[in-house]
Amino acid sequence: MAVIFSLFPDGRDVAWVSFFPISPHEGEIFGRTEWCARHQWLQIMTTLILKRILGLFVTLLAVSCLIFFIMGLLPGDPAAIMLGTSASPDTLAALQKQMGLDQPLPLRYVHWLIGVLHGDLGQSYTYGVPVAGLIVERLAVTLPLAFLAVCLSVAIAIPLGVAAARNRNGALDFAAGLFSHVGIAVPGFWVGLLLIILFSTTLGWMPAGGFPGWTPSLSAGLMALLLPAIALAVSQAGVLTRVCRSAVLEVMNEDFVRTARAKGLSERVALWRHAVPNAMIPVVTMIGLQFTFLIAGAVLVENVFNLPGLGRLAYQALTQRDIVVMQSVVLFFSALVITMNFLVDIAYLFIDPRLRTGAR
Amino acid sequence: MMPRTYFSQAAKLSRRTALTLALGTALWLPFSAVEAEAAPKTALTLGMAIEPTGLDPTIAAPVAIGQVTWQNIFEGLVTIDSKGQVKPQLAESWQISPDGKTYTFKLRKGVTFHDGEAFDSSVAKFSLDRARGESSVNPQKRFFASIDTIETPDAETLVLKLKQPAGSLIYWLGWPASVMVAPKSAENNRTTPIGTGPFKFVSWAKGDKVELEKNPSYWDKNVAVKLEKATFRFVADAQAQAAALKAGDIDAFPEFGAPELMSSFEGDARLGTFIGNTELKVVAGMNNARKPFDDKRVRQALMMAVDRPTVIEGAWSGLGTAIGSHYTPNDRGYIDTTGVHPYDVEKAKALLAEAGYPNGFSFTIKAPQMAYAQRTSQVLQAMLAEIGVTMTIETTEFPAKWVADVFKGGNYDMTIVAHAEPMDIDIYARNPYYFNYKNPTFNEVIANVEKTADAGEQEKLYGEAQKILAEDVPALFLFVMPKLGVWDKKVKGLWEDEPIPSNVLTDVHWED
Repeated sequence: MAVIFSLFPDGRDVAWVSFFPISPHEGEIFGRTEWCARHQWLQIMTTLILKRILGLFVTLLAVSCLIFFIMGLLPGDPAAIMLGTSASPDTLAALQKQMGLDQPLPLRYVHWLIGVLHGDLGQSYTYGVPVAGLIVERLAVTLPLAFLAVCLSVAIAIPLGVAAARNRNGALDFAAGLFSHVGIAVPGFWVGLLLIILFSTTLGWMPAGGFPGWTPSLSAGLMALLLPAIALAVSQAGVLTRVCRSAVLEVMNEDFVRTARAKGLSERVALWRHAVPNAMIPVVTMIGLQFTFLIAGAVLVENVFNLPGLGRLAYQALTQRDIVVMQSVVLFFSALVITMNFLVDIAYLFIDPRLRTGAR
Repeated sequence: MMPRTYFSQAAKLSRRTALTLALGTALWLPFSAVEAEAAPKTALTLGMAIEPTGLDPTIAAPVAIGQVTWQNIFEGLVTIDSKGQVKPQLAESWQISPDGKTYTFKLRKGVTFHDGEAFDSSVAKFSLDRARGESSVNPQKRFFASIDTIETPDAETLVLKLKQPAGSLIYWLGWPASVMVAPKSAENNRTTPIGTGPFKFVSWAKGDKVELEKNPSYWDKNVAVKLEKATFRFVADAQAQAAALKAGDIDAFPEFGAPELMSSFEGDARLGTFIGNTELKVVAGMNNARKPFDDKRVRQALMMAVDRPTVIEGAWSGLGTAIGSHYTPNDRGYIDTTGVHPYDVEKAKALLAEAGYPNGFSFTIKAPQMAYAQRTSQVLQAMLAEIGVTMTIETTEFPAKWVADVFKGGNYDMTIVAHAEPMDIDIYARNPYYFNYKNPTFNEVIANVEKTADAGEQEKLYGEAQKILAEDVPALFLFVMPKLGVWDKKVKGLWEDEPIPSNVLTDVHWED
């Protein structure tokens, strides 16, 4: 099979076939070519990883510097916030000294940076505990939540987007369009409120918010994350459906799909084996973007469901002017975005062999 | 052949059944957990809007700290009861010398901290020294400023020698900021609080909840603490608070966040609403050092342009009590001063004209983002427009920017904030303080309160202080926020009023 389709000059179908080998003979036929490709691939990968790591460090340094000084410029003194409206000036001075706020901002930055290089993110002004622990605690909520939301979003959007493309201008296409418009237009926190009203207060099936943790039982933790994940997934799925639909539509007009049909493949097979895999690049890009967005941007939904997630930690740190926490959370987000982009790039390599072999 | 196929099919079937069963059980687990709890209840989940920043009330000001720890984990030499009265606690009794400068406390015997450390006069001295010392970061350090020396003649006696009489000292010693802490554990109280109270700290999941459990070796054998476990859950969003209450995830929300949602609990078979009073005085402070607010007539005119019942209706759904000065009806010696400058638009206009502003003037109010402040500002804006005064509302992030700009910087015309501290009328005598109000007569009255320990005399003086403020209007005195309690009707023993911000759980229990 693969031999026939490798006639295509851009070699697209080869990518698909070697990614999901259909015939055991392919490997033999392309044996030599694959070795070359693999060798090249390794080289490309190494350069890519090295570039990314360098980029990561430069970006993190720039971001941390920027955040520190922006937070420093913001009006508001964490010591004054903690001491409230009755504290005398000498008490304030004592606390500032205790918190190290009496030192100039650049010096504080350098101290913090040295700490980070030694693996110590510092102590939260507000909670008085190490920041690293705070972030890890919050990730136990945020990561599963984002993952669940992306899974739901993908599970809704890809079948819907493909179906819409296939039934272009049909009733299903219209319905999918409506869904994605509504999904994009309606804010997630509002969907969350509606879900709470229906499933928690009216039906009593689900907890109305909060997070019991993973230790009492896995199912209780999942239950607590289900409604917020749905609330987050609705708008993400809305965007993803549109992206998926237009990508599939574009690919479906390509020659190779017509050829696939012409050689006698059913529409369904041509669609799922040839069109959809080739339409995945923009979809995967979007999924990567959405995942990073969900890690950082779920704060409103976290608020409605009262989940102790990373977004809420960042928000709280901002209101309390807890620079150390803010700083570390932003650093974490930046590292995550860069890593995510990197993973998406690698996913491209798997999906599109032209990127692997360096072919144009 | 035949039996084998049959067998394998059966195996497939049972696997599917097992899977269905497992999934079903997993899905039903949370519900069965809820049902199991319906047995005689000794656990309470209590909701709070704001998470405390640390759990040591002696090193940071936020009231949420005391609302978790005060009287539950930490106790003081004296305490303040649900009526606002000072009662003995770790000090059995005390004597005040006739000149008001020596306080002798007789301490309780057999009191231990949760980690086993014994409480005695040296611990009491340590606690007070820590609060008043040079490196103290106690938010109420001023409470202890009058103390000159502390003596401990024996383990059960504590003697405070004062520089000058301090009439409020005993009351202040009942505050969260004055609780007793142990030398060994004090340093870590911020994250793992250890006190002498009826509840022990168990855990704190940051951003989520604090868990406490009953202290089996509580010193006060006259108290039968019925709760075995208490969980404080922090829910910032008012809609989420309501949902958690209705879904039964939270048993009680003593300070529910949104008055406009209170009516949604009406007719609920399980939940009751309890409206009490607090010490939260909503006042629109004016910069008395700045033109035109330096003119008393202008301030009075603005006060007379305000119809307090309409403000309360607009801002807080009609729940709240109008005040005429910085004093609440549950404070001792309260007098109603709302009639000193009653709502009168014509008089207000005349007064403005007399002060030289016949066509009014314009200014900006720096209003925090909280709902009460925003809504009150909007109502005030409309009312002041009636007398030709144009008020621009500038939202100012609270606490960070507000503390920096208004409170410390004094860079504002008018602001609005709810003052949470009980009995804090003396803030108008403080210098510096953000109102920039300077009245020697008022300062003297406040100073005299401290010179006497006689309750009757103090109440008379507080009456005078209220009258002066009502007359001078250093701030627009608007209303006292109600305590909007929502809890399961079977939960008994929570305080309906709040003479001091707190959630005292000692007497809380579930009715059968």
